[in-house]
Order: sequence, then C-alpha cells, then structure tokens
Amino acid sequence: MSTTKTRDVARPAPAKASSAKPRRGLRGSPTFNFWLFTGPFLIGLAIFVYAPILWSLWLSFFEARFTVTPDKFVGFENYKYMLTNDDFVGSLGTFTLFAAFIVPTTWALSLGLALLVNRLRFMRAFFRSVFFLPTACSYVAASLIWKMSIFSGVRFGLMNTILSWFGIENIAWLADPNPPWYWLVIVTARLWLQAGFYMILFIAALQNIPGELYEAAAIDGAKPGWQTFWYITLPQLRATSTAVILLLLVAAYQAFDEFFNLLSKTTWGRPPLVELYYKALGESQDYGSGSAGAVILTVLICAVTLLQGKFMGFGRGEESK
Amino acid sequence: MTTTMPEVREPAPSSGKPRRTKRGGGGVMSSTGLYIATGVAGFLFLIPFYLLIRNALSTDAEITGENWKFFPTDIQWGNISELFTDDTVPFAQSLWNSAIVATLHTVGVLLVCSLAGYGLARIPYKHANKVFYAVLGTLMVPTAVTFVPSFVLVSSLGWVDTYRGLIIPGLFSGFTCFLFRQYFLGFPKELEEAARVDGLGYWGAYWRIVVPNSLNFFAAMATITFIQGWNSFLWPLVIGQDPGSWTVQVALSNYMTNQTVVFHLIFMATAFSILPLVFVFLFLQRWLVQGIAQTGIKG
Repeated sequence: MSTTKTRDVARPAPAKASSAKPRRGLRGSPTFNFWLFTGPFLIGLAIFVYAPILWSLWLSFFEARFTVTPDKFVGFENYKYMLTNDDFVGSLGTFTLFAAFIVPTTWALSLGLALLVNRLRFMRAFFRSVFFLPTACSYVAASLIWKMSIFSGVRFGLMNTILSWFGIENIAWLADPNPPWYWLVIVTARLWLQAGFYMILFIAALQNIPGELYEAAAIDGAKPGWQTFWYITLPQLRATSTAVILLLLVAAYQAFDEFFNLLSKTTWGRPPLVELYYKALGESQDYGSGSAGAVILTVLICAVTLLQGKFMGFGRGEESK
Repeated sequence: MTTTMPEVREPAPSSGKPRRTKRGGGGVMSSTGLYIATGVAGFLFLIPFYLLIRNALSTDAEITGENWKFFPTDIQWGNISELFTDDTVPFAQSLWNSAIVATLHTVGVLLVCSLAGYGLARIPYKHANKVFYAVLGTLMVPTAVTFVPSFVLVSSLGWVDTYRGLIIPGLFSGFTCFLFRQYFLGFPKELEEAARVDGLGYWGAYWRIVVPNSLNFFAAMATITFIQGWNSFLWPLVIGQDPGSWTVQVALSNYMTNQTVVFHLIFMATAFSILPLVFVFLFLQRWLVQGIAQTGIKG
C-alpha cells in the first residue's frame, strides 16, 4: 500500500531527466555490473567450493595415500572399500541414530521454550536471553564443560554427585558404550547449544500468527490450550517447522565438534565426519578412500534433503510469495 | 494472508466463565505454573555457565575433590594471571589468532556475499538464474563434507598454518549469499530507482543508497558471522597444525585431550573463549535476534 503511494509521488518530476536505460556504455550495462558484483564471489566459489568437490570426485577413483597427485587408477575400489568398511557404514548408522534423536527433541524443546517465553508478561527479554545465551558457546567449550564437569565419569562430576544422593553408583558416562550413556551426554550438549537459536525462529513465527485466529477459535468453542495449540498454533507454524527441521538435519550432518571432543579416544559413536577425519587426515592419510567417503556422504545428504523436500514441501512457500 | 475467517457466531451462552484469548494459544498453565516452568528451564540452561565460572575460579583440589560443593570456598582470582603467564600453553596467542580470523572472516564474508547477493537479486542479466542455481547447489553439499578436498587444495597452495588458509576458503558461503539475496529482494526498489535516475550507476547506488539503508541487516549478519567464525572448529583444526596458528577452539580441544590436565586453567581458558561472544550477545542482542528472525528462514 505505502509503496504505491511513494511511487506516485516520486514519478512525475524527474521522469524526463533520464530514462533508466544504461547511459554510460560498459559501466552502465547490466551484464558488466552483474559480473562486477558477483564475480569475486563466483571466482571464490569456483576455487574453494567447486574445485575441491571435483578434485574429491577425481581422487576417489585413485589410490591416493600420502599424496594428492596419485597415478594409480583403481576405479570403484575406494567406494567398494568404504561401503564394506564396518567403521564407515557404522558411522552412517551413528549419524542416523543421532539425527533421529536430535531433530525431534530440538524441535520440541525450542518450540516449547518459544511458547513459554511468548506467554510471559514480565521478564520476557530476560528469559529469552537466558535460553539464547548458550548459542554464544562453541561446541568445544560445551564439550569441555560436559565432559569435565557435568558428566565426568568419576565422583566429582555434577551428575554423579546428584545420583549419589539417591545412592546410585558412579556412571562412566563416556568411557563405556554399554549401556550407551554417551548418547545422553551428546544429545544434551547439543540441545543446550542450539535450542535457543531455533526458539528465536519460533518466537518470530508465533508473533506473526494473527490474534483474530485465536479469537475466532474461542468463539467457535475451542478450549484454549491443547485445542488451539493443535488446530491453530501448530498449523500456522508449519512453514517455520519445515525450515527448522531442514536446518536441524543439515546441522546434524555436520556433527563433528562434540563427537570429536567428547569421544576422541574412543572407537564408538563416530559420525561420518569424524570417521572421515581420521581416515583422510589421520595416520594413513588415505585421501582416496576419504574422498570416496565424502562423495558417498554428499550423495546421501542430497537424497535425504530432496526426499524431505518432497514430503514436507520445502520451497513451496517461496513460490507462493 | 488468505485465511478465510469463519462467520462470527454468537458466543455460546452456556459456559459461564469469560474466555480469555491469549497469543501463543496456551491456556493450560496458570501464570504461576508458567513462571515456575520457565524458571526451572532457565536454571537448567544457566547451570553450565555457573559450573564454568565456578571451576575457573577454584583450585584443582576443589574441582576434583571427593566432597563436591556447589559453591567454592575460596575464590582464586590468581587463576587469570596464571593462565596468561603459563608458557606451556600458547593461550594468549590463540585468542589473538581467533580475534584476527573471526574479524577478517566477518568483514570478508559481508563484503563478498552481500555484493553477490545484490547482483543476484537486482541486476537484470539473462543468465542470472543459472548462476543463482549454481550457488544454491552448493547449499546441498555441507561445507564440512568438503574439508578433505579443501584441505588438499589449501595445503597444495602452501597455506597450512597461515591466516590466509584459515580465512579465505571460508569466505564464499553460499548460504550467506542466499540470505543477502533474499533480503535485497525485499528491499524497496523505489529508493534505488530514484538514485539511478539521479545519475548513479549500480555500484554507486549500492554503496550510497542500499548499504546505508541496510545497516540493521548488515549488523545482524555481522554478528552471526562473527560468532560462526569465532566458534568454528573443524577447519581451524585441520589447517592449524603448528600450535602458533591454533585458534582458541583448537587450543581448548588440545588441552582437553592432553595427558596432563590442569583443570582450573582449562576452565579459565574456556571462560575467556566465551567472554568475547557474551559481550557481543549483550550489546548486539537486539540486532542478533531481529536478524535471525528476519533472515528469511521464516518459511
């Protein structure tokens, strides 16, 4: 509305002074300007994103140990090796389990926090900051607090101290995969770090829900609480939920920092990136297999993303705008 | 919004109590219950920060003691100077490295990605869409997956252990470019058209009109990018092989896996690694929250 108004006002006077056509040859041409603006980015993208991807693809067909200019072509051997390698396949399983835990729990926690904070009448900004503050922490810092203070496997850890009040023996949270307590450590650390960020997205979305919807629902006899939440809030948050779930999945693919720092000395609970890190940059410096693993992972990620898009309609919102 | 509103009907007269309509659609909890729930959650979220500070200001004996206490008996301010005078740990250097890397990373990303985002959003070029899809395609490949080939590339350039190696490969973020494009698509066109009519080219209009009118968004993106730069771990871990080129995160990780653990120093170092960002949070929170809310991820 307001934009049409300004347009009407602005138009008459200077319209004759110039036509918006390019007037200064090359400098005014859209093509030149397009490359002027996007050129630096695109060159960088070509060198530091596309080239490594292609190089990775190329390396994955060679036997490349301790060298990045290999000459022994091995075809799909690296792929075969990685796909039959228990550690790598296991790491894909670890990731799947991790995503299955972390995506729904973060979604629920961040939505829950957003609903709480949004209903507060006093101290809203304070609590929003409290929940948001962990976003400032790095995964390394959080891993350190988790590993050495909260879930330290010995007597002086916070959790073991609390458990001892109830007469429960010390638990070696990270040092033993049976039972797999390390999942609790990893999931809580990530929840603490990322829930506040997604809470902000949900708060923004909640505030965009028109109040009349709730009024109309109340008039129709919907009980405030679960009914309005289920029939109004949740459907209205659909677009945001979709985006949040996608972002959470992408973030889960990148899981490295906390696994590396919490479980570095152990052989269990390695997601693909940690596995690839050790494979390619560890003792054996096996770039060929490492690259094959990266390619496999990329293909998997693309497939999952596209599937998710298909089921949840990602991108549909963009067109309708 | 094309939501069809239901016909307004007469309120059902049967139930006596007046209904209150609240935003957020909750009515399950009383106000007290609400504050108790929020307070408990807030307490749980703050505990890790408390433990960090408590441990940073304690002696090792107190951190690892048999009788765990919530409050330290004797606050050790000397731990701060001990951290910065301890020669075995290049902590001050790593803080400095992180400051340089995160700052240049932020400046570079904003410059490169905002220009590209503007070009993609606004300059009519017949192949612009193809270029845009090429950028979008990189979003499908998580940057973390490409660390092996990127390391190979950067090491063959001889950039291992250098600021160049730490900073430059991270500047070309398809995601940031995408966010800037989305933002510029929503930027009022009239302002630029007026500037162009007054004789400014695209370049002039961008710097003199678009950027000064987008400072809020730039500030938000700067904050987010700085946090990412400061907290990033995998790439600095891969590139920083010599302790002199470690960033704070790599240094912390190394203390953690080190054989001889000096608890109070590790916790003090961690506290100092978080401190700059807590300041960023406290002072720039308005922009940060606004920026995150408006980065276009609203679906």
